[in-house]
Amino acid sequence: MKALSRKALRDLWHLRSQALAIALVIAGGIANLVMSQATLRSLEATRDRYYAEQNFADAWVALKRAPESVAERLAAIDGIARVETRVVAAGNLAVEGFDAPIRAQVLSLPGPGIESPLNRVRVEAGRLPTSGVGNEVLVSEAFAKAQGLRPGSTFRATIHGRAHTLVVVGTARSPEFVYQIAPGATFPDFRRYAVLWMDRRAIESALDMDGAFNQASFRFAPGARTAETLAAIDAVVDRYGGLDAITRKDQLSNRFLEQEFRQLGTMAWLFPTIFLSVAAFLINVVVTRLVGMQRDQIAILKAFGYGPGAIAGHYALVVALIASVGTLIGVAGGVVLGHWLSGVYMQFYRFPYLAFSLDETVVMTGFAVTLAASLAGAALAVTRAAGLPPAEAMRPPAPERYRPSLIERLPGFGRLGQPTRIIVRQIERRPYKALLSVVGLALACAIVMIGRFQNDAIDWMVDVQFRLAQRNDLGVNFVEPVGRAALGELAGLPGVERVEPFRYVPVVLRNGTRAQRTAIEGLPPDGILKRPVNRDLRAAPIPDAGLLMTDQLGEILGVRPGDTIEVQVLEGRRRTVVLPVVGFASEYIGVQGYMALDALNRALGDGDVVGGARLLVEADARDAVERRLEARPRVAGLGVRELEIRNVYESIGESMLTFTFVALLLGIVINFGVVYNAARVALSERGRELASLRVLGFTRGEVGYILLGELALLVALAIPLGFLIGNGLVWYMSSQLTSDLFRIPVVIRPGTYALAASAMVVSALLSALVVRQRIARLDLIEVLKTRE
Amino acid sequence: MDAAHELVFRARGISKVYRMGEVEVHALRGVDLDLRAGELVVLLGPSGSGKSTLLNILGGLDTPTSGHVWYHGKDLVDADDAQLTLFRREHIGFVFQFYNLIPSLTARENVAIVTEISTAPMKPEEALRLVGLGERLDHFPAQLSGGEQQRVAIARAIAKRPAVLLCDEPTGALDSGTGVRVLEAIETVNQDLGTTTIVITHNADIARMAHRVLHLADGRIAREHHNEAPIAARELRW
Repeated sequence: MKALSRKALRDLWHLRSQALAIALVIAGGIANLVMSQATLRSLEATRDRYYAEQNFADAWVALKRAPESVAERLAAIDGIARVETRVVAAGNLAVEGFDAPIRAQVLSLPGPGIESPLNRVRVEAGRLPTSGVGNEVLVSEAFAKAQGLRPGSTFRATIHGRAHTLVVVGTARSPEFVYQIAPGATFPDFRRYAVLWMDRRAIESALDMDGAFNQASFRFAPGARTAETLAAIDAVVDRYGGLDAITRKDQLSNRFLEQEFRQLGTMAWLFPTIFLSVAAFLINVVVTRLVGMQRDQIAILKAFGYGPGAIAGHYALVVALIASVGTLIGVAGGVVLGHWLSGVYMQFYRFPYLAFSLDETVVMTGFAVTLAASLAGAALAVTRAAGLPPAEAMRPPAPERYRPSLIERLPGFGRLGQPTRIIVRQIERRPYKALLSVVGLALACAIVMIGRFQNDAIDWMVDVQFRLAQRNDLGVNFVEPVGRAALGELAGLPGVERVEPFRYVPVVLRNGTRAQRTAIEGLPPDGILKRPVNRDLRAAPIPDAGLLMTDQLGEILGVRPGDTIEVQVLEGRRRTVVLPVVGFASEYIGVQGYMALDALNRALGDGDVVGGARLLVEADARDAVERRLEARPRVAGLGVRELEIRNVYESIGESMLTFTFVALLLGIVINFGVVYNAARVALSERGRELASLRVLGFTRGEVGYILLGELALLVALAIPLGFLIGNGLVWYMSSQLTSDLFRIPVVIRPGTYALAASAMVVSALLSALVVRQRIARLDLIEVLKTRE
Repeated sequence: MDAAHELVFRARGISKVYRMGEVEVHALRGVDLDLRAGELVVLLGPSGSGKSTLLNILGGLDTPTSGHVWYHGKDLVDADDAQLTLFRREHIGFVFQFYNLIPSLTARENVAIVTEISTAPMKPEEALRLVGLGERLDHFPAQLSGGEQQRVAIARAIAKRPAVLLCDEPTGALDSGTGVRVLEAIETVNQDLGTTTIVITHNADIARMAHRVLHLADGRIAREHHNEAPIAARELRW
């Protein structure tokens, strides 16, 4: 090894604790990069493989009822390579020993003659139902696992108003239900939402759909033009009560997946950028100091004939070594975290396997970016060192020039003691360094806030959705719209205090070329159990006529209050009407419109009908009411508020906690990196000054105040700035994650500020504690005998 | 100086052994020393003779490997770090070859940083006037010449009215003219405030201003002589 390389290694060893602190910051960034990229790529690869293996369809259409012969007309459409029909029904299940209602989607299985059918289910345990045996079902494995069902288990089901006892013959997964969520739900609930597959004939007879179907899946031909093909499908199914055909883009499970991938993509660059910027700054600080201390060595090397390139290369080697160590730790940590994160995703996204892939280009890119950031951080110091004429480098640097700081002109400064003056002037003399330190610390603070923000957002969403906007204890969905008489029946149940009707109508809203498939909910204008709220969380009144819509929907469609909009109704008489938009409401989950129920029925040309009802029920009567409603054949679904709230926290609690913990750890790493390095550099630069003060009779504590007081001041300045940056990042993340599926509220609760601030203070104190040991070891004698 | 003056320091058999890597360095080998109030003592000797080690031990910066040092009857060898800090803070003024001023503080503030932690200090301005720097109170170290910086260091050392002033090569980094002005300041402090003063130098001319001169060689006091008639600092030339 060349002597100069050996020197680089020894310099690094000398700086080891500082270098390690920087390497950890780099590792934080690389670990984030690797974690998110590996998870993203793994999930994408898994999805692609799984979709291909199970022959995931390209498009779907739902309709009311069409004879099987319609399938041939659909197959004849230009751009369609394959059509498969099926029968789909909603059902309610009752599992022995589980009190709460369970919603289910029941799908028919393709006949045995069909080779590699579309959306093929993947049987995980047991077998497919025997053709012609009516009571055998496959159940989704997530539900089976959550409910402890195995082949051989039985449960009761109400499908289309008829009670059945079903036997589980197997468990299965499907590419259509990777994200297995009940329509309209916020989070998956594997215990209370099931997907069942049955023999086609059994479900046909249960629904009186012999020789008919109500859903079709399509494989597009290569080169098919999506829009035209969908329009052609719609034209065929229109007279059979068909809803708009959708592609994968609008398929619920796939949409959630896409959304998640987008979020991962954001994480993959946002966090690494923060970490690597901080690392570049820290390297700048440390290398500047290193070069400062080695001026004479540089001079001697140059005097001996080493050129500027060799000198620059020497320090670049030190930097590259730090970057390499950081990258190595980061890759290792990222792989571990990537497995963990993929595991978390696998709980929500029911893939049968995970094709974990760590692309080496990610690692190489990460290393290249780290190296570039580190070298950029060191560039100024290294260039300056390489450019010093030997004679000048051998002389000690000119004494630092100070002047009374701006702050000292403020009234009251005169009363500050000299140690405080030293602190203030130190900061003012190198304002950029102080500023960058503050920014670095503020970023650490912001990262902790981001880790905690999702909890706040969820708390807030639950509060708004379940305590403010929606206050019913139970929600009842009827199989079909019914007359108002049903309301009186519900009101008559013992313990029911209030009944309010509603009606959901699936629609396509159009404004020029913009269109959105959604639903309009009809509500009584004087209702109190469901009240849309606006951004200020005040009730948005339901207009007597016209449409109230969520602001998100208004944005998608580009309409404002006062504009009109075309409403194509997708059920009943399937009218298309034009309605005025009268106002906006604000919602976090989904997008939809609201109308007065009467106005909605009038616009649809239907009579005075309701689609369901919200109930307020006395607490001790709830179970009884639930049980009586479940038994009613016309009740398609039952929502229980308490369960919905609990479910939100159960399904996400653990992963949120872990995420908060990881973010906290990362924030502490950055904080430690900044504070510790700043303190070490300050100690090295001012050790002589501090030792002199010790000689003059200053205690360790008093000297510590001068050194660490500056850092305490920087931390104190960083916390409010961190709150500001945290708010900005939270806003940014929320805007990145917003879609028509949900909107993340920008809510930061006091507890989050407190957590972030405490993390800052505690980790700064830890660094201070480490540095304090070094103050105790200041060599009072040596430092006085030498000129710096 | 005579026995009537109070005994400030009494050192008996002090030795100091440093380990420099594999090598043991005997910096002091059994030094006995008495210092009386108001004395101006010059320690002369070549590099490595133990001058600085002796001064550091007297000033509470270092502890001997063996032997005892009593300051007004209290043994410094028994003192812990906090007690030594307090000892330096209350009783000792230091002046060093390279001044060791705080670059971010003005002359006045460099003195104030010590007076702020003292019990009955003089005003910083007064201390600076005493060393002839009454006009440069608000200059930062970078704006002062070497001699001026050293006089600020002396003002800083004596502003708390210490019983003892310890100067390690105070003129070592200065030219002769400037050095004389610094020595005049030390002389003023010794005469006007009666501060017991020890000056380390390897410049034998400076010894002529001392009451007593100790010659150190090889870690021992090789020779000692009293100046019957010390000359004034302003008459020194080298």
